[in-house]
Formats: sequence, C-alpha cells, structure tokens
Amino acid sequence: MSPEQPILPKDAAAAEGKVNVQINGTWYRFPKGTRIADACNSVGVHVPCFCYHTKLSVAGSCRMCLVEQGMPPRLAPGAIPTYNEDGYQTIQWMPRAVVACANTVAENMGIRTNGTVCTQARRAVLEFLLTNHPLDCPICDQAGECKLQEYTADYGSPTHRFTEAKIKKGKHIEIGPRVNLDQERCVLCRRCVRFMKEVVGEEVLGVVGRGGHNAIACYPGKTLDSNYSMNVVDICPVGAMTSRDFRFRMRVWFLKSTPTIDVNCGTGTNIYVWSREQQVYRITPRQNDDVNSCWMPDSHRLNYRYINSESRLLTPLMKTDAQAPQRAAAWEPVVKAVAEQLRLCSPEQTAFIVSARLTNEELFLAGNLAQLLGVEALDIVPRRGEGDGMLISSDHNPNSMGAQIVLHKDGSTLDDIRRGIKLGKIRNLVVLGEDVTAEAAIPSEHLVKLDYLLVMDHTESATTRAADVVLPGVTFAERYGTMVNVAGRIQRLNRAIDPLGGAKADWEILAALLRECCGDLPGAAAHATSAQEVLNVMAAQIEELGGVSWASIGNQGQQIIDTGVSIPLIDREKANK
Amino acid sequence: MIELTDDICALAKDVPSPGEKFYPVFEPTPELAAEAHGYVTMYPEGREQSAVLPIIHMVQEKFGFISARSIPWIAEMCKSTPIHVAGIVSFYPGIRRKCPGKWHIRVCHTIACAMSGGEDLLKFICGKIGVKPEEMTEAEPMAVSADGLWSIEAVECLAHCGFGPNVMVNDTLYSQVTPEKIDEVLEDYRRRD
Repeated sequence: MSPEQPILPKDAAAAEGKVNVQINGTWYRFPKGTRIADACNSVGVHVPCFCYHTKLSVAGSCRMCLVEQGMPPRLAPGAIPTYNEDGYQTIQWMPRAVVACANTVAENMGIRTNGTVCTQARRAVLEFLLTNHPLDCPICDQAGECKLQEYTADYGSPTHRFTEAKIKKGKHIEIGPRVNLDQERCVLCRRCVRFMKEVVGEEVLGVVGRGGHNAIACYPGKTLDSNYSMNVVDICPVGAMTSRDFRFRMRVWFLKSTPTIDVNCGTGTNIYVWSREQQVYRITPRQNDDVNSCWMPDSHRLNYRYINSESRLLTPLMKTDAQAPQRAAAWEPVVKAVAEQLRLCSPEQTAFIVSARLTNEELFLAGNLAQLLGVEALDIVPRRGEGDGMLISSDHNPNSMGAQIVLHKDGSTLDDIRRGIKLGKIRNLVVLGEDVTAEAAIPSEHLVKLDYLLVMDHTESATTRAADVVLPGVTFAERYGTMVNVAGRIQRLNRAIDPLGGAKADWEILAALLRECCGDLPGAAAHATSAQEVLNVMAAQIEELGGVSWASIGNQGQQIIDTGVSIPLIDREKANK
Repeated sequence: MIELTDDICALAKDVPSPGEKFYPVFEPTPELAAEAHGYVTMYPEGREQSAVLPIIHMVQEKFGFISARSIPWIAEMCKSTPIHVAGIVSFYPGIRRKCPGKWHIRVCHTIACAMSGGEDLLKFICGKIGVKPEEMTEAEPMAVSADGLWSIEAVECLAHCGFGPNVMVNDTLYSQVTPEKIDEVLEDYRRRD
C-alpha cells in the first residue's frame, strides 16, 4: 500500500476508540466492548432476548439471541492482511450461531440475523421453550406484552412436533405478598433471580430441580417481600411472575400508557400510568438512567387507588353561611365569590399553605396570587422521612426543590402560621393541595374557628370538611406540569386521564382566581391557556429556569441545578459500570 | 402466607427413611463448623460460595443425606443462601434428600451395563433386599428396605463399561456381577452387620 492511499476504516474507527461491524450487510461503528445484542438493537436490527437485561449481569441461558457471526480469516504466520476495495477484509462466516448477549463486537466482525442459520436457531430455541409451556395465553395477564408470544409470532414455527405429556409444575404460587409465580409459564431466564441478588441484594429466589423440572422457587419460609419485588413482574419476559394487584383486572392491549413521573417522594421516579377511559389500572417504571434506572418501589407503584377513589371531590363546594352545610356549586359563581372574599381579607390576617405536591406552575400561580393580595405568610408543608437507600428519598414531597426555586420556601415558617392560627392572629387561610390536619398538625378545632377557609384539593379530608369553599383539583394522573426532584432535575407530568367529574387542573383554578381577583393586573401567567404557557412565563422570570421549556425537558427531564443530593441506587449503578 | 406446592415443600421437608437409625442425626457442632471452615479457606476471599459442594459431600458422608435442617447451616458456612444450596442439592442426583440404608447399592443402568444384564440384576437385588422395583420412581429414585439395612438406586455410568454389569455397594465397585456373585457379596455385607 502506498502512503497516498486513504486510511483504512479500521484505523479511522480505532482513532475514535471504535470498531467496524457489519450488520446484515451494512457497516456501522460501535465503541469497543459493546455487546452484539446492544449494537444490533441500537441500529434497528432487532435481536430477541429473554434472559439479557441491560441492567443485570449476563446469563446467556435462553439462547434466544443467537446470531450468525463472522470474522476475517486468521492469518498464517508472516502473512499480510488483504483489504477489499471498500477497505474491509472479507468476512468468513462461522458455521454455528453465537449468543449476542455474552459476546462483544470486534474489528471487521460480521453479524447476520436474517440468514438461515439464525432463523433455524431461533425456531429451534422456541420449540424447546414451548415444549413445557402451558400455552394458557387466553387467561394469562402477560398476553399482549409477552416476549414468548411475540417471538413465537415473529420467529417461531407455526406447527409443533412435541406430542409427549407436558411436565407439571407449580401454578399460582403466592411467592410474595404482591407477586404470584407460575412455574409452568417460566422460561428460566433467571432475570428475577439476578434482579433480587444484584439490585436488591436479597437472594431469596433461586432455581431448583434439574432439566425439565427446573423451576424458580423461594426457600420455604421466605417470601419475595422486598419493597422492590414487583420489579420482577416487569422484567419477567413471560407471565411467570404476575402482579397480584393487576391480575385479571384488564387486558393490557386495552390500556393506554402515559409517560409521567411518580409523586410519592422527591426522587421523581419516571413511570408509565396505564389507563383505560377514566380509570387507572397500574403503574410501571419507565427507564431513566439518571433517576430510577428501570426500577421503582412497590409502595409507590401501588399508591394509585386514590385517583379513582369514592372520596374524590368532583364539584366545587361552598357554604352560603358560616353555619350552613357545604353545598355543591357551579365554578363561575364560586370563583367570583372566592375572589370577592379574598379581596376583603386583610393581608396581615391571611395565610397561604401550599403543597409541595403541586407542580412548579401551580406554585408559581399561587405565589402570584399571594403577592397580589399582599399576603406574606405563605409556606409549604415539609415532609421529611426515612429514605430507603435505594430510590425512596428522605424528602417525601415530590416538589420541595420546585418550591424552593419558585417560591423560595422550605417549610421553615409553617410554625409561625400554625401559631398564628392558634392565637387567632390569622383569620383567613388558603390551603392548596394539603390536608393541614395531617403533617402540618393544625387541629380541626382551630380550622373551624377561622373566619374564612379556602381549600383546593382532590380528595375529601378533614381540612376540606372544615372549609368554607372547596375547589376540586386533580391528582398527578390528570395534570400537566413540571416538578424538580431532589437532585435538581426538572421533569414533566403528563395527563393520563381527564380531570374526573367537575374537577379542574389546579393551575387552571389558580389562573382563574388570579384573573378574577386582580383583573388585567397579574400579567401573562393568569392568561395562560396551558400549563406549558405558565412554564414559559416562569422561565422568563426565574433564573434557575432560564431556557427551560416543555420541549427542552422532554420525557427524560433536564438537570437545572446542582443540589448536591444524589439517588443512592443510581450512584451504585454508575459505580459498578 | 406462602402456598407451598409439593415441589417447593420438598425443599424443606425430610422424607422419613428406615435407614436413619444407622446414621447420626445432623447437629451443627463447632467441630463440624471447623471442618466446613477448612473447605471454605481453600478458596480465595469473596469466593466462599465455591466450598458449597465439598461441604455438601462432607455432610452427606457423615449424616447419610442432606436434611432440611442442614441446608441453612451449609448456606451459612459458605456465605451463600438457603435457596442457592437447595438449588444445588436438588440439581445433582448424587446428592440425597433421603437417608439411605446402612449399605447403599448402586446398580448401573447405562446402556452397556443394562444390556449385559444390569436390568435383570436390579430386579434380582430388589427381591433379595426386600424392596419393590416400583418404589424407585423419578421423584424418589432410591428405595430403602424396611429394616434400614439396604437401599438401592439405579445410577448412570460407573465408568467401568467394559466389565458390565457394574454394581457399587457404598464405595466398593463390583464388576461383571451375576446373580450368584451378588448373592455372595450381599451375604458378606450381611455378616459384617
């Protein structure tokens, strides 16, 4: 080769720390050490996997990811490699397939997933997996999102040759308080075993038996009772592990999944809310490597029943007289009456208690309202608790950081408000999204003594019962908005279901109040037609939110400030990389 | 709370056997722990789990079988978990979950031995020691005689295929065994009693 010749692809790739790999006839470049399965999937060549999970160790046990692999011929001693016109060496294909999950890419490697070798290998693997599979898809919860079902449709044989009796194993075993096990449906990928060992660190699951009698089991007397146990339901590629909460409640193909975030703690775990019509059926984690990896705690996952609960507030309630009972009312007169009343209140005798469970947009509008009324006593209700060293933050409010950024409040003046109410200095109270008789520890007797109590919340509580006016807000599943997690990442909430009954999104209520109270004064935020517009107004006014927009946040969130707080599970995952 | 199927239950339940009177009952003594520790130290730090098989063999040799009580102890010894040990115990047919008789007879039924008379031999020995061949099932391959003296099991290759049929009594291998020869062998063991 003369020096004028262009550099070979292998040298060009090596300069970037990458290697050239041919996948189904096309050349790509991947970083060294990339697994073949990841490489193929990243360029849209689907490699089916049961046992391989990017967050777990490689088992290589299912053999579903078999691909045809080739390398340039091994050189005889002293021989010089020859390159084709395109600068690559000729690939010699291996006669047998290799697993794509346990092998990494190499320079000038060839991968074929569409040849006979691969097709036959996949068909044979599926035939073996199906020999003892009960084929009870019509009553299986996993049907519709089952990898075995999908791969059999895509790569399997339309007929089967197995006529012998199937091996019977355990069915509907209550392996834990929230998880059921069906050993017959299991394909023995051991994802659940590895998850419990590697991520949770409680090795309660294992494989017992031999050959066809192999089965996943818990040691007698132990249960799969970790607060992360339901993640095995998500990672189980088949219907072997099923959620006892979701079992037989809905076929998954009827459900709509909405990407949003969890509001049970400051971590802001990324989730999907699965709903049909106006009903939420389940919550599953959504991958975000900077927040929750692929996991979420069971306690947060199962805390969704309140969305469709009987005690939701579906219409505005108003007392016509201090002693009269609350009566249902229409929005417009209620907003007018509230605005009128708020204008009459003396600012010194008025306080706002807002929830750090509200979105930034709602906090911003609440702040504007207090400011325009001249009210200075405003604070959030802090919720400090125990973190679990994994994904549950010690801050049990989902948006404390947002409250600090938007309102500069952290709950430190709540005591003053509480004392003011007790001593009768505060005569009027506006409560947004809180039951103040709970964590804020304001007894109902004190609330009753107030001249005016305005409450906005989604569910009936001791506070709403004591209120003069109740404005029905919505739960996290019904609203758009943004929150900032403990690590300083702003994330989006999306609407999974429409506001139930006559309830309205909290930001909408607050914007209407602002308009009604102050006419044209309050500026752009009160006239916003969506939460996104409120965000734009905030972004223009608040330094930390500079440049932030609904689009820039995206589904994965956007780091806006450095709080110095990190999420333990993510720290561990990054350290192990 | 947990609904135990037969398969899972079997992990923590001992099958009673008449052979138990010839073996000591498993007791986790300090001496036993010291012996187990000896195996653990043969492996590098962090790989204590590698000692699980030697310890299982040690327990089986001393107590005849792996009892439900010994599984958590073994797990503790090699820093493993009961489910991991149970997985290993249930995987190997050579690791027993039921106590054998004082004399444990293994009859090879791999092809060379089976064809040279091993199959008939198995039935013959069953008759001699007073167990029914049907007692040997897939789930429970070992049959123990009512007096606990004998147990019998059909096993895979004993690695002496040129001289079949092969029979092993405890750790002694007998080759080219005929009904007459095994009669003598069994009589010999009976006299040792």
